[in-house]
Amino acid sequence: MLQRLFKFKGGVKPQTNKTQSVGLPIAVAPLPTRLIVPLHQSIGGTPDPLVAPGERVLKGQKIGGADGWISSAVHAPTSGTVLAVEERVAPHPSGLPTLSVIIEPDGRDEWITRTPVDYKALAPETVREMLRDAGVVGLGGAVFPSHAKLSASKTVPMEELVINGAECEPYITCDDLLMRERAEDVVRGVGLFRDLLRPKRVLIGIEDNKPEAVAAMKRAVQALGEDFAVIAVPTRYPAGGAKQLIRVLTGKEVPAAKRSTELGVQCFNVATAYTAWRAVAHGEPVISRIVTLTGNVAQPRNWEVLIGTPLAEFVALGQPKADTDGYLMGGPMMGFEMPSPDAPLVKATNCIIAGSPTLFPPKAPEMPCIRCGECAKACPHELQPFELYWFARAKNFGKTQEYSIFDCIECGCCSYVCPSRIPLVQYFRFAKSEIWAREREKNAADTAKARFEFRNLRDEREKAEKAERLAKAAAAKAAEKKAEPAPAAPAADAGIGAPAAADGGAPAAAPLDAEAVKKATIAAAIERARQQREAVQPKNTDRLTPAQQKEIAEIEARRAPLQAEQPERSAPPATDAAQEQQNQ
Amino acid sequence: MLTAILIMALGAVVLGAALGYASIKFKVEGDPLVDKIDAILPQTQCGQCGYPGCKPYAEAISKGEADINLCPPGGMEGVQRLADLLGREAKPLDAEEKPKQVAVIDEQTCIGCTLCIQACPVDAIVGAAKQMHTIVESLCTGCELCVPPCPVECIRMEAIAENIDNWKWKYPVIEIKPLRQAA
Repeated sequence: MLQRLFKFKGGVKPQTNKTQSVGLPIAVAPLPTRLIVPLHQSIGGTPDPLVAPGERVLKGQKIGGADGWISSAVHAPTSGTVLAVEERVAPHPSGLPTLSVIIEPDGRDEWITRTPVDYKALAPETVREMLRDAGVVGLGGAVFPSHAKLSASKTVPMEELVINGAECEPYITCDDLLMRERAEDVVRGVGLFRDLLRPKRVLIGIEDNKPEAVAAMKRAVQALGEDFAVIAVPTRYPAGGAKQLIRVLTGKEVPAAKRSTELGVQCFNVATAYTAWRAVAHGEPVISRIVTLTGNVAQPRNWEVLIGTPLAEFVALGQPKADTDGYLMGGPMMGFEMPSPDAPLVKATNCIIAGSPTLFPPKAPEMPCIRCGECAKACPHELQPFELYWFARAKNFGKTQEYSIFDCIECGCCSYVCPSRIPLVQYFRFAKSEIWAREREKNAADTAKARFEFRNLRDEREKAEKAERLAKAAAAKAAEKKAEPAPAAPAADAGIGAPAAADGGAPAAAPLDAEAVKKATIAAAIERARQQREAVQPKNTDRLTPAQQKEIAEIEARRAPLQAEQPERSAPPATDAAQEQQNQ
Repeated sequence: MLTAILIMALGAVVLGAALGYASIKFKVEGDPLVDKIDAILPQTQCGQCGYPGCKPYAEAISKGEADINLCPPGGMEGVQRLADLLGREAKPLDAEEKPKQVAVIDEQTCIGCTLCIQACPVDAIVGAAKQMHTIVESLCTGCELCVPPCPVECIRMEAIAENIDNWKWKYPVIEIKPLRQAA
């Protein structure tokens, strides 16, 4: 079948620098001395830690449970002891710490009991839950939980499933080697996705600078009798961007601020398909990944590394050269400098590039924008970076949104072609994070306002209710009083009322009434207190032994004549005694 | 001549009736300017401006009774936005700008008096009489209204630390400052 290919606008062709690291097969990295596993490794909720310091964990044991549907579990990469659950520096451009589980490996690499399942016998819902609990996330770099992408839309029929093996960024070769060496498991994983989504076509896109991977994938597809189309796409950065690859393979352009699912297309990375298959068919959660170690090292190659391996221990495997001055995570276009040698490798780490002043010479100073428009020509999303730059620099964030800043994928093409060497992507990242911060503040203010208004409303309601209650009580009292002093009233009338009647009976009666009410209230309170006292049963007098009862009876007997001698104090003790006898 | 006057008079009556009807039918409830000002204010309900909440302050601004630079939590940026909205001159803030903060209760010292619960304008404190109280951090606006009522001084304000979730990319422009001359 001849596949017609489409083109995306813009893009650049940087030196690929991939040959250095493809010479050697994937090697399994030795156990590090310490593993630092951050709990938040995917988009969505931060998993809650499930282990405590001192606890022994097995390889593949869940140490962080998914928090909500858009979240993914985290597992112990090897067996050992949990040393601590604490904040450790994260592989993040900020260099800020994040909650991590620190594990000291015991060297035995002891697995939990793995239970391979036949997913075809299970409900799709169960399979999705399995993937979430196995920590399967998008390994192309965005680390979006894969299970959340595996429910077909109810309104749009699923047309195409696009599998992304383009790996367009320079230096990175981890997907290339994975497809060359483990093509069959990748294809089985694609089959799993296909069965969950039921698309009409499955398209596997691989850049044409990886002929070995294309051949291996074609062989695997044939060997497994699948009908997936393995397609070599022209090498041009960023062909591996999801929207770009979808455009090249299907001709569909995903509109701004929409997802590809709305066009019936879903996209997964090849490494994601591989880990999904391992999770379902082998019961192995995502505890390792393939990472390219390249750049200024003596032995560039791909390693299968445990998640949580500290950067320093990992780069030692490649023997970095003496003039190495830093390490990039990701590629040279979109990657960032690792903040510390203690930062661990995570599910999002596809490549570590050792940098040196000769490999990445320091940038010449930034010059003013001359509005040449090269950036707009290079932008794969057809944005106008020179306008965005202008507004972001002026902190005019409303305008940047009008110019669709959130369609920017931060691919770096504009910065790459800029003759004035303006770090355009940095301006866009700055503008985006400022807009997000404002959004958060706005939401917080709205919540605060709603809560404040509700509180005021409640206060008023409570006040009204209290006033109503008081009024009701007063009315009831007044009614009661009117009924009660009826027999007493004639007497009062006879004594004081008659002479007082001349100078206004009503005012004279009011204070009298108030006094009577007060007295009645006090009497009622005394009565209530007495009743309460009587209602209370002394707790220490039930379940007495016969000996104790006898003793009490003797005491009572001694007390009786004494009470008879003191008649004026006899009343209360007598009732007490009576009560005690009653209780017994 | 008479016809012309009659036509004009008729026109006046018809238009007057239409306008009168419209002013009743399409009457705007409340003052839209107050809502616009209120939307800019940070809704901390702290009363640092001297008004009991953000809305009363917004009303005072719209009536011209209050200045626009009295809201410390809104900061200089808030003053600027108010100035843009109202077409007034931006003035420096009438207090020092503080970083965003939240209240924290020292739960060991708390005696459970509920005074802070009554003071909190957004119901962000959980607790009951003679039970320990605590602050729901995500709802706290940092208004400091709970600090003075506490009889055992167990509430303190803490600046919100930068973490991975609220971290922002920095402005890539490095400002060039003149070297300070040695005096």
